[in-house]
Amino acid sequence: MCLAVPVKIVEINKEGATNGSPAGATGEVAGVRREVNTGFLKDLKIGDYVLLHAGFAIQKVDTTEAKKTLKIWEEIEEDAKE
Amino acid sequence: MKYIDEYSDSKAVAFLLGKISELSLKIGRKVRIMEVCGTHTMNIGRSGLRKTLPENLKLLSGPGCPVCVTPPEYLSATMGLLEGGAIITTFGDMTKIPDSRGRKLSEYPETKVKFLYSPADALKIAKENPAKEIVFLGVGFETTAPLIAAVIERAKKEKINNFSCFSSHKVMPPALKALADDRQSRVDGFLLPGHVSVVIGRKGYEGLDIRGAIAGFEPTDILRGVKELLEQITGDEKKIVNCYKRAVREKGNSAMREILYKVFKPADARWRGMGNIPGSGLAIKDEYARWDTVEKFNLSLSAEPEPEGCRCGEVLKGRCIPPDCSLFQKSCTPQNPVGPCMVSSEGACNAYFRYEVAHDEE
Repeated sequence: MCLAVPVKIVEINKEGATNGSPAGATGEVAGVRREVNTGFLKDLKIGDYVLLHAGFAIQKVDTTEAKKTLKIWEEIEEDAKE
Repeated sequence: MKYIDEYSDSKAVAFLLGKISELSLKIGRKVRIMEVCGTHTMNIGRSGLRKTLPENLKLLSGPGCPVCVTPPEYLSATMGLLEGGAIITTFGDMTKIPDSRGRKLSEYPETKVKFLYSPADALKIAKENPAKEIVFLGVGFETTAPLIAAVIERAKKEKINNFSCFSSHKVMPPALKALADDRQSRVDGFLLPGHVSVVIGRKGYEGLDIRGAIAGFEPTDILRGVKELLEQITGDEKKIVNCYKRAVREKGNSAMREILYKVFKPADARWRGMGNIPGSGLAIKDEYARWDTVEKFNLSLSAEPEPEGCRCGEVLKGRCIPPDCSLFQKSCTPQNPVGPCMVSSEGACNAYFRYEVAHDEE
């Protein structure tokens, strides 16, 4: 039930979400567009990735940290080749 | 999908499994790690990780499936509200659990029980049905409760008075303490719930005397968490380490905690199978009593017994695994569940049924 998926913000909707929530954006995941309530996050920009849980963005994905983790895997692959 | 697929890389999985094997061999004795979150249980099953781990390393499912730990009396009270004419709004899994008389919410028409994608939709339903009482089933942990708090706050602001929340929300740290203190569970380390941690942060676990790794949900995330716990065991350490830094900040999400504790206050709560855990629940504050189903309908809940023979309680505490229960796969299946752990897609029994055990060919 605590499922949250990373979605890309593709639109900021100043007038709010269609269910009446005051803060809104549109997100996209695997080609599907979803309404995102952005009330818990500040300074969201188009192109940011957020974790979407039950219609609400609960955190911005930290791209630097995401890359760092993946860099570890790249290094593992390099090690494996040697 | 970005930020998902790259964390399932097979080479990285193989590398981590190798490290985990080395560490397990070094430790020698049996190691018991609990994956607290239901989403972890489901993803461990789906990816087949449990079977790839060394013989002496056991992953046990914990109490992090909110539907599974909601006590039977909550369901009975919900049925009472429904029969009194209220419209029940909820997330999907709650509708499949039989109450103590065998009734399920899924057996009622869509006009009376509505599935929501987002809790904010409950207010829309309330506005569209001004003559009806709309009850939202507030079931979930720190990840979900702030969303509900924001919805209750909006109901107050917009004076949507035919909406109320029946809160059975729970918080994780007191349950972790109860598990750590339970001698029969004998947990060596906890794989901590990634999205609860998004809200409470690594700091949210301070004060707990446990070995913990905050982990994400993809295979490499889960294995990284397991590796971290094994390293702590070999190094004779006990600390909380954040292995899901792309999502979890040291102090969590303060905006979510702010609204959560504006609307809710800590309360004692009964967990299915675990009994009463002090301070582990979230009750609606007096200022919001008008939107509190318990106050509005003057409900009083008294403990109801678990279904006969069902061992969900022991499963949730890591004392046994689903196949140890004599009902498992026999009288208790996802099509015909006896206990809540077989109902929810995040329940341990359901995940074991789908992914971990062999089935006879029809």
